[in-house]
Amino acid sequence: MASPATTEHTLAPGEIAKPNTSWIWRIFGILVGITAIEFVFVFLMHPSTLRNSIFIVLTILKAFFIVGEFMHLKHETKGLIWTILVPMSLLIWLLVALVTEGSYVGEVLQHMFQ
Amino acid sequence: MAQPTTLQPPAAAPTHDAPRTGNWDGGNEPFKASYGKLMMWFFLLSDAFTFAAFLTTYGLIRHKHEVFTGEAKDFVFNSRWWPIPDHVFNAFPGMGEANVPLGFVALMTMILILSSVTMVLAVEAGHRMDKADVQKWLLWTILFGATFLSSQAWEWGHFIHGHVEGTVMADGTVFHGANLTMNQYGPVLFADLFFFITGFHGTHVFSGVCLLIWCFIATTNGTFEKRGHYEMIEKIGLYWHFVDLVWVFVFTFFYLV
Repeated sequence: MASPATTEHTLAPGEIAKPNTSWIWRIFGILVGITAIEFVFVFLMHPSTLRNSIFIVLTILKAFFIVGEFMHLKHETKGLIWTILVPMSLLIWLLVALVTEGSYVGEVLQHMFQ
Repeated sequence: MAQPTTLQPPAAAPTHDAPRTGNWDGGNEPFKASYGKLMMWFFLLSDAFTFAAFLTTYGLIRHKHEVFTGEAKDFVFNSRWWPIPDHVFNAFPGMGEANVPLGFVALMTMILILSSVTMVLAVEAGHRMDKADVQKWLLWTILFGATFLSSQAWEWGHFIHGHVEGTVMADGTVFHGANLTMNQYGPVLFADLFFFITGFHGTHVFSGVCLLIWCFIATTNGTFEKRGHYEMIEKIGLYWHFVDLVWVFVFTFFYLV
């Protein structure tokens, strides 16, 4: 993010600084590019665990750019970054545990009525 | 010889003359962020838990159901197995029954990412105290947000009314579309999860658009200019990016995987 404090000194009263937006459009290009890659995989690759893993990696990559740059978290203090990231990491465990549980429930249900 | 039974005061006790000035001793901002911004972050963290719970539920229920194992071209809707997303979401407004797999959802994703970009541009303009630019970019963000909501309304409408051919149900009747107890695409819970997850996300977008409209009015009235900073735009911006972020995950788990 452009730091407004450094440009303010040189501005006359009432004058407005020039916009600094090239970095925003760069991130936009990256996000569109990653989404395009996802669509390539949807149509050119058969569904598999590998394809799903690729999707999840690309999604986390997009999340990194949105949270890090657009939400500015990358440029906050370390304490704030960890305060947000550590609780989120618990969700990985929740997801893995319950998806595994789901497969197990499905298996049990399939054999229950035979 | 008696041992001392009470705690001795520490050798170098802090006195009123020399207050401690460490990061966590009070009187400063350890996270270098204002109260309002921090609280927005913590709210978003809790909201992320809610959405994660929804998506985890989706994962559990999806893995509980059978997977269609044949070739994708042989796939037919059946309540036994989970539907392949690009067979469900393949319609585009104004194109009738044409098969455009995931075309419309791609457009919706683009619109939401673009709205995130115009939101950052509004925040950037706020840093420069450029009232006209803030207004311009807020209006664009409101426009894209409203477009996304309308698209979602269309998507829901199509999902509810269903494909022309419909699906033959267990009792022999042909059923079109979806409601909370029956649908033509697959297991009952597939449609339920669609309604709950995209609906909860859509509600967030709707709240976001309302907040942005309020921000636009306040900007126009000069509220933030008088206050000397546009931090409110930043806080609402955090919320707006979060809604975009949630869509990125909903998009992956609902439409791609």
